[in-house]
Amino acid sequence: MKLVIAIIQPYKLDEVREALAAISVEGLTVSEARGYGRQKGQTEVYRGAEYDVSLIPKLRLDVVVEASFVDKVVEAIETSARTGRIGDGKIFVLEVEQAVRIRTGDRNQDAL
Amino acid sequence: MKIVNSICRGAGAAGIAAFAAMPAMAQETATAAAAAVTVDKGDTAWMMTSTLLVLMMILPGLALFYGGLTRSKNMLSTMTQIGAAACIAMLVWVCWGYTMAFGDGGGEIISGFGKLFLSGVTSASTAATFTSGVAIPEYVFICFQMTFAAITVALVLGSVVERMKFSATCVFSVVWLTIVYFPIAHMVWASNGVFFKMGALDFAGGTVVHINAGVSALVAALILGKRIGYPTEAMPPHSLTLTSVGAGLLWVGWFGFNAGSALEANGSAGLAMINTFVATASAALAWLVVEKIAGHRPSALGFCSGIVAGLVAVTPAAGNSGPFGAIVLGAVASVVCYFAVTKLKPKLGYDDALDAFGIHAIGGMIGALGTGIVYAPSLGGPGPADFAISPQMVTQALAVGTTIVWSAVGSAIAIYVAKAVTGLRVSADAEREGLDINEHGERAYSY
Repeated sequence: MKLVIAIIQPYKLDEVREALAAISVEGLTVSEARGYGRQKGQTEVYRGAEYDVSLIPKLRLDVVVEASFVDKVVEAIETSARTGRIGDGKIFVLEVEQAVRIRTGDRNQDAL
Repeated sequence: MKIVNSICRGAGAAGIAAFAAMPAMAQETATAAAAAVTVDKGDTAWMMTSTLLVLMMILPGLALFYGGLTRSKNMLSTMTQIGAAACIAMLVWVCWGYTMAFGDGGGEIISGFGKLFLSGVTSASTAATFTSGVAIPEYVFICFQMTFAAITVALVLGSVVERMKFSATCVFSVVWLTIVYFPIAHMVWASNGVFFKMGALDFAGGTVVHINAGVSALVAALILGKRIGYPTEAMPPHSLTLTSVGAGLLWVGWFGFNAGSALEANGSAGLAMINTFVATASAALAWLVVEKIAGHRPSALGFCSGIVAGLVAVTPAAGNSGPFGAIVLGAVASVVCYFAVTKLKPKLGYDDALDAFGIHAIGGMIGALGTGIVYAPSLGGPGPADFAISPQMVTQALAVGTTIVWSAVGSAIAIYVAKAVTGLRVSADAEREGLDINEHGERAYSY
């Protein structure tokens, strides 16, 4: 099993969710996140006081899928989240040791 | 403008507020008029409405406006301090405030103490308006003026939020109202007050409310000291949405403040009303234009700040200016206030957290001095044909200067009394964690 972590622009969520639904991804966790990459934040001005806001709002998506399926998932997120402009985000893929469905006690692939 | 001679005798001071320029004023005393006065139901209804509009300016208007500008950990503290200060002002007003400002007799600085605890006031007593023989119920006048005391002390707190103890704001409010607000309200608005006798023009409280509150705020902030982390840490407003809601409520409420200061539902109130529209509109746009010229984007906070700057500036001029004079006055005040909060404050380094000085004192001074200009009939103002700008400017400047000195000294005393009684400032840990949790045991936002 693989864990796919995607950091995306918040306004891209619907498109990414639809792309994942289209390839039958069964579950998805979304969290509000803040961070910076090469975009390096932006400047905000309040009554003349300028603040460099280095942490910009993003969404973090967590998807766990079978290893054989992971390339399709990465591709779906990649194409749906892309605008071609700076700040589009990143995707990371990690190994997952175990999965449990709490309600039934299913393990691993059955639990996905 | 002719200087109005004080012929205050007996209850004469009661009921006379604002607008020194009305010739009818000279004949008015509550006692003299008592036999012949009519209480108009339309006037009374308008004054009751105006009173409630000013209350809405404080709660929730100013509370939201100020609250949104603070960090989220201090939202409830800011709103509660404003609410409590206003409530203290209401009670102090009926106990000894009203008689100090508008009681019978007394001198140029304060009135007599004959109406302590509203002694002698009944539902049959009346307060004079600016029209001879027309009065409003004294209870209504007391309530109207009460809301002015309440909002003024609440305005002062804008500079000291996020670090002053709740108990300190309560003690400060009682002392400050007593030694600063009531005497200045008397001097400017009562017929035997020193500025009123000099002929100073202040329709709805540019001097009494805004210069007074703004200067007091600066002095209080200087004595209290900066917030931890100011100016190196980022302290952006936590909700410009709530600040915008508050600014809107302030603007709507300000029609009670300005047009209500005519004390009647008449043409003078109508003039104050249109000026409160156009001066504010021009000031809001002017702030956005200056931001653009200064190389920034036109901002929501700039829009709200412009609204308040315009409202402050038009306050003394509301019934003392033509609409086009008011438009110019609003724009000038907005531009000057912009530089006060964005350039002057960082340069001098004081931590006037919510710019009570930069907008209320500076805008108030532009308004008070500008009123001496826009009053001229040659500029579309309602002044008499023989009105001369220069001597009036001297009078205005004298009233402004005296107010600045009086409020600075009085505020320093009030702050030191609060310090002696309460310790004034929360601990460094409490300040970092936020006043909401430490002073009130609550959080504004629980997710």
